[in-house]
Amino acid sequence: MIALKDVLALLDGELLTPTTAPEAAFRAVFASDLMSDVLTSAEPGSLLLTGLANFHVICTCSVADLAGVVFVHGKRPAPDVVAEARTKNLPLVATKMTMFEACSRMAGRVEDGGHVRR
Amino acid sequence: MSVAESTFRREFPVKGGDFAKAGTAACEIKELLKDLGIDTTTVRRAAIVAYEAEMNVIMYAREARMDLTVSPKEIHLIIDDRGPGIPDVELALTEGYSTATAEMRELGFGAGMGLPNIKRNADVFAIDSEVGRGTRLEITIRTNGHGKP
Ligand SMILES: Nc1ncnc2c1ncn2[C@@H]1O[C@H](COP(=O)(O)OP(=O)(O)OP(=O)(O)O)[C@@H](O)[C@H]1O
Ligand SMILES: [Mg+2]
Repeated sequence: MIALKDVLALLDGELLTPTTAPEAAFRAVFASDLMSDVLTSAEPGSLLLTGLANFHVICTCSVADLAGVVFVHGKRPAPDVVAEARTKNLPLVATKMTMFEACSRMAGRVEDGGHVRR
Repeated sequence: MSVAESTFRREFPVKGGDFAKAGTAACEIKELLKDLGIDTTTVRRAAIVAYEAEMNVIMYAREARMDLTVSPKEIHLIIDDRGPGIPDVELALTEGYSTATAEMRELGFGAGMGLPNIKRNADVFAIDSEVGRGTRLEITIRTNGHGKP
């Protein structure tokens, strides 16, 4: 598992949902801007890295049981999107890093299939 | 109410082009199934099916009725839309095939994975489409450990 606080540190991230569970942790990491890819391939409990910052991201996470979202490259979801995530207790993180850089930083923590190293 | 006791039935209207409300039906279905006490893996499969089908109606059709029936052994979903229909169903079922517009892609759709993913998560899958009329999907997901893992 990788803890939310470690994700914030690795990605120099800002937590957009300070009220969501601070002890959140993720067992896998998945990156995509296509929601059907997420619905097809991301495992439940995963952290999603994406350059998309709309309402559909939150809905996709809720449908597929994803456990958190990192918005890369300075993308910021609108306040109503953040509010929706808060009601679902879904932690949202914003980072200025590009998708490539954020994935590179996370890569040291994951192995085959995007699973977090034990 | 427990699944073993009764058959549960509910209808959800979906409107084409209504991107703002996209996912409402799927999220409601998910909550309902959870409340019925169905296991999380099965609920997730049904929610994914419902969401992909709902999105297809929103992206491509005019309107649809989603029909959810839950019996002790299975979840049954019918999505019957009025819309353009699909000229080549086999092609539409191919992974990666999509006619999504640039705007839809910007919203995060158009991977061409929706229908294949619906099929993959269903235990029984049927699609019937008529150009100029609409498309009808019928999906069964078995519960109680009789379904796919
Ligand atoms: N209800 C529908 N009415 C008309 N055409 C449809 C319908 N559902 C799917 N299609 C057609 O089939 C194609 C493939 O659908 P599918 O759901 O697999 O992918 P997509 O919607 O294009 O992308 P994704 O689902 O990955 O976001 C669509 O691009 C569209 O041309
Ligand atoms: Mg689709």
